[in-house]
Amino acid sequence: MSAPLLETRNLEIRFGGVIAANDVSLTIESGRNLAIIGPNGAGKTTFLNICTGWLKPTRGQVLFEGKDITPLPPRKIVRRGVARAFQIPQLFTEHTALENLLIAVAAREGLRNPVRDLHTIPERAEMMHLLEMVNCADVADRTVVELSEGQRKLVDIAVALALRPRLLLMDEPTSGVASSQKHRIMEILVEALAQAQVTSVFVEHDMGIVEKYADEVAVWNAGNVQLRGTPAEVLEHPDVIRDVIGEVA
Amino acid sequence: MDTVSSAARPQAPATGAPGLRLLATLLAVAALGAVPFVAPTMQLLVNLALAKGLAVMGVTVLLRAGQVSFGHALYFAVAAYGGAFLMAAMPGADLLLLLVAGVAGATLAGLLVGLFVVRYRGIFFGMLNLAFSMIFWSILEKFYHITGGADGIRLPRPTVLGMELGRGDFELVLFYLSIALMLGLGWFTIRWFASPMGQLFQTIKTNETRLEYLGVSPRRALLSGYLLSALLCGAGGVIMGVAQGVVTPEYAWWIRSGEMVFIAVLGGSGSVQGAFIGALIYEFVRTYASAFAGDVWQMLLGGFLLVIILFAPRGVIGIVEAIGRRTARSEDTR
Ligand SMILES: Nc1ncnc2c1ncn2[C@@H]1O[C@H](COP(=O)(O)OP(=O)(O)O)[C@@H](O)[C@H]1O
Ligand SMILES: [Mg+2]
Repeated sequence: MSAPLLETRNLEIRFGGVIAANDVSLTIESGRNLAIIGPNGAGKTTFLNICTGWLKPTRGQVLFEGKDITPLPPRKIVRRGVARAFQIPQLFTEHTALENLLIAVAAREGLRNPVRDLHTIPERAEMMHLLEMVNCADVADRTVVELSEGQRKLVDIAVALALRPRLLLMDEPTSGVASSQKHRIMEILVEALAQAQVTSVFVEHDMGIVEKYADEVAVWNAGNVQLRGTPAEVLEHPDVIRDVIGEVA
Repeated sequence: MDTVSSAARPQAPATGAPGLRLLATLLAVAALGAVPFVAPTMQLLVNLALAKGLAVMGVTVLLRAGQVSFGHALYFAVAAYGGAFLMAAMPGADLLLLLVAGVAGATLAGLLVGLFVVRYRGIFFGMLNLAFSMIFWSILEKFYHITGGADGIRLPRPTVLGMELGRGDFELVLFYLSIALMLGLGWFTIRWFASPMGQLFQTIKTNETRLEYLGVSPRRALLSGYLLSALLCGAGGVIMGVAQGVVTPEYAWWIRSGEMVFIAVLGGSGSVQGAFIGALIYEFVRTYASAFAGDVWQMLLGGFLLVIILFAPRGVIGIVEAIGRRTARSEDTR
């Protein structure tokens, strides 16, 4: 029996009086895309912060492919195959969209040649393809400050994908993206993730998206997983309709 | 405004501009190269400006990562003293050996200090560098049995490829070596800025969180540029020491460090060409204005910097480039 892709055991963290993670135990199986839903302030982003080593839990463990990664800094967890896209995009704002991806690939490949122009690396075509995938090829040469909020979110996801992770964590990937584009982007994204055998965890407020693209759903409430199951099971549940869907709608 | 429109232009630099830039560079280098024959009285002045320009280029590297060091004269001094000690230990040592040893010493010092200071950013980074340079300055002052104290130590004329040259010939060699270093190290630094490693280094300025989430240690990325900056300051220090024939604690003094930052901003923050243009302007104004009237040069340079910061924040090189673009555009439409 192989270990789950990611497993958390009894995670706990507090900020002053707020318990942002209250005994969170969760397993993520390879190949099963998990959506995390729940009201604002429930601790969803905090969970991603702990899983990637940005925050250290006061109690509990995070295991990636069966190995304890709790004490590792984010960069070491990233190098093991966990990439992240952020609720607020984290990009190099003075660089272009394409350059953000080229820099990511330089990091992934550990490129060292001190006099080779980053723009001439062979992975450039691969990165242009990624930008096409997230519908941003036309703004490849725009600096980040010139992009719309939605475009920044998409480039941020592309940057994470450029790292060729095995697990991709996305915090509200389609917020800020025009609603006409949301489904198209998710369609392409989920398809590409399946092809590259990347498992994803995404925090999402749009229940239409959750229903269509998640294999499983975990409902967060007050720092813990209140409920977990298939989209059909979870989205029908009266507690969820009352606490989550009611609030978001 | 200008940055937005130029960045929005997708990968289509104004036609003629790269050629124009090359031409301008060639003309400038040719003019510099002609100084010993056309204006021999200015040769030493220009040589000292080139030495400073090399060091300023080091400060410029850090500006690209949004960091300012107020202590980089440390590396300037380490290299110069390294050269002087080497000459004392090996009389008649070769100029190239001196250069390599001085630069290696500065880079090593950069590694030792760098490992510590790359943990800090902004004002703390700037002040910690200052602190290290002040410690080194006081060591140079106090341990005068070894360092010669405030008087410094002599740096006698080295040999060149095994030859003992007379003063005039040696100064000529040093002058062209300085130009060669400007071209070689300038070329390398410009290429490095565009390289994967240089690009990772420059992301320190905008987003260390993302850098960490690319699997890269921001400290290590900063250290790579820090080492380059120490190396460049070291090259400048050796040239300065050899040109002056004596090295003093003043090389490590904080005013020197401040001067480097001043020149970097004057010439154009983050620009390699600007570092040298700034250094030349600085030395000329200082020399000729102080011959004119004492203390007037500080006022002139201060006023000049004020105007630059207010009206041309990209420095002298920014002005030059703007003129170049205009020229290229008017030629296009012709
Ligand atoms: N770094 C932090 N410092 C203090 N409080 C925090 C921090 N991060 C999150 N919190 C608090 O923890 C709770 C959960 O936040 P978060 O994980 O961002 O929720 P969600 O992403 O589900 O909206 C909130 O009350 C938030 O204010
Ligand atoms: Mg959140």
